[in-house]
Amino acid sequence: MDLFEYQARDLFEKHGVPVLAAAIATTADEAEAAATKIGGKVVVKAQVKVGGRGKAGGVKLAENPLDAREKAAAILGMDIKGHEVRTVMIAAAAPIESEYYLAILLDRSNRTFLVMASVSGGMDIEEVAHTAPEKLAKIPVSAVDGISLAKAKEIIGAANFPSDVADQVADVLLKLWEVFQSEDATLVEVNPLVKTKDGKVIALDGKITLDDNAEFRQPDHDALVDHAATNALEAAAKAKNLNYVKLEGEVGIIGNGAGLVMSTLDVVAYAGKKHGGVRPANFLDIGGGASAQIMADGLSIILGDKDVKSVFVNVFGGITACDAVADGIVQALELLGDKATKPIVVRLDGNNVVEGRAILAKAAHPLIEQADTMDGAANRAAELAAK
Amino acid sequence: MAIFLTENTKVIVQGMTGSEGTKHTRRMLASGTKIVGGVTPGKGGQVVDIDGHQLPVFNTVAEAMAATGADASVVFVPPKFAKAAVIDAIDAAMPLVVVITEGIPVHDSASFYAYSVTKGTTRIIGPNCPGLISPGKSNIGIIPADITGAGPIGLVSKSGTLTYQMMYELRDIGFSTAVGIGGDPVIGTTHIDCLRAFQDDPETTAIVMIGEIGGDAEERAAAFIAEYVTKPVVGYVAGFTAPEGKTMGHAGAIVSGSSGTAQGKKDALEAAGVKVGQTPSETAQLLRDILGR
Repeated sequence: MDLFEYQARDLFEKHGVPVLAAAIATTADEAEAAATKIGGKVVVKAQVKVGGRGKAGGVKLAENPLDAREKAAAILGMDIKGHEVRTVMIAAAAPIESEYYLAILLDRSNRTFLVMASVSGGMDIEEVAHTAPEKLAKIPVSAVDGISLAKAKEIIGAANFPSDVADQVADVLLKLWEVFQSEDATLVEVNPLVKTKDGKVIALDGKITLDDNAEFRQPDHDALVDHAATNALEAAAKAKNLNYVKLEGEVGIIGNGAGLVMSTLDVVAYAGKKHGGVRPANFLDIGGGASAQIMADGLSIILGDKDVKSVFVNVFGGITACDAVADGIVQALELLGDKATKPIVVRLDGNNVVEGRAILAKAAHPLIEQADTMDGAANRAAELAAK
Repeated sequence: MAIFLTENTKVIVQGMTGSEGTKHTRRMLASGTKIVGGVTPGKGGQVVDIDGHQLPVFNTVAEAMAATGADASVVFVPPKFAKAAVIDAIDAAMPLVVVITEGIPVHDSASFYAYSVTKGTTRIIGPNCPGLISPGKSNIGIIPADITGAGPIGLVSKSGTLTYQMMYELRDIGFSTAVGIGGDPVIGTTHIDCLRAFQDDPETTAIVMIGEIGGDAEERAAAFIAEYVTKPVVGYVAGFTAPEGKTMGHAGAIVSGSSGTAQGKKDALEAAGVKVGQTPSETAQLLRDILGR
């Protein structure tokens, strides 16, 4: 889960990373009140989970509370790269002398953690990495040893931080490590980390990505979920514990196993080229169990998607037996009754496939069509969706 | 020969007394795997009867190894306790640890992987993987044993069900070993480790490599193939239709920016001389063409 800037700022503050006074606002009134409370000049910042908001006009300096009100009114409701601005952060303005970059992240390639640090912060760090890689220090951090004070000093030396801020930056780095580790983050980034004119080091803007697998030991993280941005079908699926992602297409997909379902989407998109360019409408992995209830839950989510014109159920019976899956489909259609209205192409293979296909043949449900192969089923489902 | 396991591999099941552990212990026993015991902290001293096999339960992996001579472990412990279980196995210098558990926080998997590298005596496969099978010899994990038999194909895949699908497509030819390495961001055994082992395995004559979006493991594997692998390799990559920023089931299956795309992986593999199929069945056909079957 990616966090908004203000959520990252709050987690920084919780762990002692120096940040500026700030508050969020969803209306111009709230923005004015926040600016009054903070006092002096403030910065009004659009809260969107996408880069480039400054260039898009989503960050404005305000001279006083009334100005903050006007700036917030202009920014709220703005569309930044397809993201609607529903919240702004009002933050104290700071006189900046230097801008740095600091990040801790999971380095998948090397299966370790990595610190990236640069005294050339502020601008697009990918640009720095590309055009002047010597200005971006990359130091691996062991998941066992973490970041000690000595390690922090090594990193700060490697990135050539000036001596007058070295101790402060080391302290920030240790606290960012605490954020990274204790919050189960996979990315903690500060850009820019600034030195103010009075010599203080402050995290001015931050990004945090949290590991969804750690939900069981991070009870506070549930409150950080942006429910307003979650697609209604995705929310309904999550409530049923289904692994569902909404896509822009017409062929509803149900399968077992993440890899097979991803592959099914591809095969449908490939087959769809011959049928007016129809595409998969969703990703839905029902996992190993595939009981009648799970199948019914999955089918009802997919049939509730108004974009869906046909459904493709693609199951390889590994642990699961195909006869159990076939029973599940038949019972699901009984449970759904008149709510099931779209043609369903079923491809079963693997464990007990003969019994499974026989169950579907015997049920002779008018919406169900069987196919022998994954490619053949994808082609038929695409054809039905194109009608 | 096979890779990573033989018909003599003695396996203990960490989490054997849990429902998943018991279910899959039964399946592994039925497919001929030599299961010699289980580990559940606090339940040491018990004996569990699974289909007539009297299996001793130990508190630690070290005790289990000392008593049974086990040289592999399979982990069915829930995410909350998985890190402690894997560390226990590494501390006991267990040579092979297969972590089936799905949903382990990446801080935990990064930590036990780093620890295994420091100790240097344990190979981890997974986490979030279906395990590995050498049909007719041994089966560690949850891959169905009855899909196909022994044969000359080596298979390495991030995905469980795509492993089954590909074994099924090529069931008349058979497999030396099929390894599901898992779809998490940090895994213990990579495509490259398996490719190297298959290249060195005299029973393997051709290799199928299945990848999916996320990370750069397939690109690295492609570079390795160009440099080291002389046996024919066919490839398949899942996730061409996955949009940026949406996790597709596996914690590691996410496209961010231009990195981790299926097209990038396919291009890298093809540049290394790997024939890449557009669908699983087309991939199977490419392998048939190479083997002339």
